[in-house]
Amino acid sequence: MPDEKRLQLHIPKPQARPGEPVNFDGLIVPEAGSVRRPEPLGCEADMRDMPFSLVRVLDENGCAVGPWAPDISPDVLRKGLRAMLLTRLFDDKLFRLQRQGKTSFYMKSTGEEAIGAAQSLMLGQGDMCFPTYRVLSWLMARDYPLINLVHQIFSNEKDPLKGRQLPVLYSAREYGFYSLSGNLGSRFGHAVGWAMASAYKNDDKIALGYVGEGTTAEGDFHEALTFAGVYRAPAILCVTNNQWAISTFAGIANPRDTTFAAKAIGYGIPGLRVDGNDFLAVCAATQWAAERAHANLGSTLIEFFTYRAAGHSTSDDPTKYRPIDEPVHWPLGDPIVRLKAHLTVIGEWDEARHDALTAELTEAINAAVREGEAVGTLGKSKPSVAEMFEGVFKEPDWRVIEQRQELGKELGL
Amino acid sequence: MASMNMIQALNNALDITLASDPDTLIFGEDVGYFGGVFRVTDKLQEKHGLTRCFDAPISEGGIIAAAIGMGAYGLRPVVEIQFADYILPAFDQLVSEAARLRYRSNGEFWAPLTVRSPYGGGIFGGQTHSQSPEAIFAHITGLKTIIPSNPYDAKGLLISAIECDDPVVFLEPKRLYNGPFEGRPDQAMKTWAGHKDAEVPEGHYTVPLGRAAITRPGNEVTVLAYGTMVHVALSAIEESGLDAELIDLRSIVPLDIDTVTASVKKTGRCVIVHEASRFGGFGAELSALIQERCFYYLKAPIGRVCGWDTPYPHAFEWDYFPGPARIIRALNSAMEN
Repeated sequence: MPDEKRLQLHIPKPQARPGEPVNFDGLIVPEAGSVRRPEPLGCEADMRDMPFSLVRVLDENGCAVGPWAPDISPDVLRKGLRAMLLTRLFDDKLFRLQRQGKTSFYMKSTGEEAIGAAQSLMLGQGDMCFPTYRVLSWLMARDYPLINLVHQIFSNEKDPLKGRQLPVLYSAREYGFYSLSGNLGSRFGHAVGWAMASAYKNDDKIALGYVGEGTTAEGDFHEALTFAGVYRAPAILCVTNNQWAISTFAGIANPRDTTFAAKAIGYGIPGLRVDGNDFLAVCAATQWAAERAHANLGSTLIEFFTYRAAGHSTSDDPTKYRPIDEPVHWPLGDPIVRLKAHLTVIGEWDEARHDALTAELTEAINAAVREGEAVGTLGKSKPSVAEMFEGVFKEPDWRVIEQRQELGKELGL
Repeated sequence: MASMNMIQALNNALDITLASDPDTLIFGEDVGYFGGVFRVTDKLQEKHGLTRCFDAPISEGGIIAAAIGMGAYGLRPVVEIQFADYILPAFDQLVSEAARLRYRSNGEFWAPLTVRSPYGGGIFGGQTHSQSPEAIFAHITGLKTIIPSNPYDAKGLLISAIECDDPVVFLEPKRLYNGPFEGRPDQAMKTWAGHKDAEVPEGHYTVPLGRAAITRPGNEVTVLAYGTMVHVALSAIEESGLDAELIDLRSIVPLDIDTVTASVKKTGRCVIVHEASRFGGFGAELSALIQERCFYYLKAPIGRVCGWDTPYPHAFEWDYFPGPARIIRALNSAMEN
């Protein structure tokens, strides 16, 4: 066979690995304010350019510019900043506690705090978020008690989930936060089903679903989008594209020259691609999609373009698969720094207030950790072992009753 | 009372439930306008409206995922997977989500869905329309698995399944839809007409989940079966002339262990019959449980009559199918010891 007829298998590679210079060439970042804002109740077919742009509101000076600049009160912006900062500080503290052996596992949202915080503040109390494990800021924006998080992370006697779940796989129904699972993407279709149920009942609630960019390769993602498109489910379906799935770069989930938002086109729903490190852009896109959903026009797919500034979890070392300085060179900056700059520019924030907030939140976290430690860190305290057998079914069957007794004897209880 | 075949009984259960509970809805492939490939949802869309019974994409994982989300909202979805052979794309949703949602959220969320699916062989369906996957569901903590064997039970069990707050896999023996089947393909097809278990009350009633039925009382040997094999085993027992006790489990999970152990302690002998492959089949669990609980009562090894450990073969259906002759040999073997 002549060599020119031989086929070549293409295996994509990221632009830089450890030891190589950081390289974001080819990443096109439009000016803030430069992307058009289609009429939210408009026809999907007229919006198919949107997945290939990048909605940005905050410019380099911290000013909100362009047609997407939302009308949000300084109080709500400060709430957002507080939720983001609280998430950042809490993550840092709990990550260190894992390193000290006080729990088994932890996952940070560092760099992605704007997404959950903004969406939590934009959506209603009765709406339901179907989270990934990187949207802690949703709960922070709704003042979920820090102590509950700490108890869950320690799997101690006061763990609201009774020691049944890996740390950070929370569930908080009262806070519009659906039960997390470590399986990727398996709740995306639940968000769509929940939204269909709301429409079926002629309710006014909408659902918010998340997957990471790597998870868009799962069948669940495509099944959910098929249902969302076909039944016009009132849901906001989000891809948090943080560039990395553990050590695998986004190019393994999507070929070059397309975007994750563009997947919406095939399903007949609008796709928006949004600067996920721009709190105001996240708010604006969420309001836009919520308006459509409430108007019975169905789902929107939003790709939040962001960057996972920390490792995947406590179990990996990101310097082993990407340049050590890649996070600090991320062209879209830090979401906390950017919102802080905006609030400062509009005269609603200053360094002194920021320092005071940081001190207040640090103390609140330390107090919660002290309280959690007093109950017990992982292994030092745990719920009654009888709890292990509860909740398998609504009413236990003979197997769990017998086995609970069997273990009780074994433990001399 | 009306005489109904199993399709009519199931349809009637769904009809009653749609009428009485506005939070119940049905979806699945071809279930809407057409009424399902086996007609179980016939006319339900016409009668109850488009949103109560509608067609779904060919997406088993998507169907179960949407149903779980609806359940979390507060509805009671009843979904159809067109053949149990096609349920595997939804396996992750059943195992990792439906079965564990209540447990992992400490009761904050649960998934009260019912997954109906025709299963089993005897219809020349080949590998992809004949399988009996009950054992893989039985192994999953948090799922209930139900298999009726006649129209009366089908209706009462389906209503119980829908009203149950736990996820239920409801397997319908498709060979029994139109009539009982004794595993003798050379004989004329029977219909349900005139069968005592085809007399079905027209209103609401339930058959509890987790309660076996003693189809034929007896003293010499216990036969455990469910679905189509209840009828095959009964026919085999009658031909054998033995005084066998036939138990129709009806419910794989929760299992009515008390009825099983009481019978085996009485007879001292046990033959387990199922269509699914033998190795790792539900008969293995039954055999282990009986050994653990009835060992000192046993007079003979526990026998298993099952499908062979091959894929379900099209041309060799009746060589594969655990028919009456194979059951009689197992009964006689149990009696010899």
